[in-house]
Amino acid sequence: MHELSLCEAIAATVTKHAGERSASCVVVRIGHFRQVVPDALSFCWTMLTDGTDLEGCELEIEQVPAVIRCATCGTETTLDVPLMLCGSCEGDDVTLLSGEEFLVVSLDLSEV
Amino acid sequence: MGRFHRHPDGTSHEHGSDHNPEDHNPENQDHEVGDHSGYTATSTSRIAVLEDIFSENDRVAEENRRDFTTHGVRTVNLMSSPGAGKTTLLTRTLAVLAGRTRIGVLEGDIATSIDADRLEGFGAAVALVNTSKGFGGECHLDAVMVRSGLQRLPLADLDLLIIENVGNLVCPAEFSVGEHAKAMVYAVTEGEEKPLKYPVMFRAVDAVVVNKIDLLPHLDFDLALFLRNLHDVNPRARVIQASARTGAGIDEWCAWLLGQATST
Repeated sequence: MHELSLCEAIAATVTKHAGERSASCVVVRIGHFRQVVPDALSFCWTMLTDGTDLEGCELEIEQVPAVIRCATCGTETTLDVPLMLCGSCEGDDVTLLSGEEFLVVSLDLSEV
Repeated sequence: MGRFHRHPDGTSHEHGSDHNPEDHNPENQDHEVGDHSGYTATSTSRIAVLEDIFSENDRVAEENRRDFTTHGVRTVNLMSSPGAGKTTLLTRTLAVLAGRTRIGVLEGDIATSIDADRLEGFGAAVALVNTSKGFGGECHLDAVMVRSGLQRLPLADLDLLIIENVGNLVCPAEFSVGEHAKAMVYAVTEGEEKPLKYPVMFRAVDAVVVNKIDLLPHLDFDLALFLRNLHDVNPRARVIQASARTGAGIDEWCAWLLGQATST
């Protein structure tokens, strides 16, 4: 619901790291536990960057599944639904291993 | 136009498995993925950034938290969907806690001062932050908005600050504002399934006030099912059943708040 704000934050990070160079691609990594709709993010990215120095800069989205580990039986479960329950013993003493990522991973830059 | 491509393996993929590692090889300067027509073979290099998209928000949130610590103020970020009863709960809360602790409210709303006006007259310091820039406004408070509101609050004279977030079950959960604890108000009129539909919010909070329990005799709401759904998403949340209208559960909620105010 706030994908435009997120794109502004991504654009600020890109601009900060690009300096005088031109960015052709930015890779972001987003966990499934984040409430980001990739299509909305890409739509907002196009809208935001159009007519700016970042116009044409591609937004590449890596999605990371939500994985939990059970403290009781040690099983790691990849979640299809956001229930914090072990897939093996249904225990609720679980730790989230991945799925909350929200990173700008890398940038493709060319000299101008 | 900015261009977008997603990986050909669909919306979900794991790294190092079906993803072509060459795509992310910094040595590989000629990427095969996506539509690169129109780019000439200039010297392109991939640099690693690994920076959190919320880093700027989190930096300001840390500044807020430092200010709270300096002045000895504990803060609770209070969230809910629109109409769950945050402001009514707060009027009850201020009536109970005024005189027992020095309390302030930072009132976030997309527009109008209606809620902030309702909180006047209880002896609490109230500051309003409207997130609207005309028509439509931000659906949440972020750390920068809260920081602007803090300038209008006498932090040195407060023990407890409640930040009443914008009514919304999605976005406020994503933005740290420098608070020490998160709580939410949930009305029994909202149905049993919302923890499963809005897990990020329900997972983020330390306490859930289940509000409007005076309506239970008139509803089909299955309280046990709701509590099970909540537990499945957030086993550690403190649950307080209350009615801001009748005053049921308000003492328990205020005791929880006072516990936040005195914890270190």
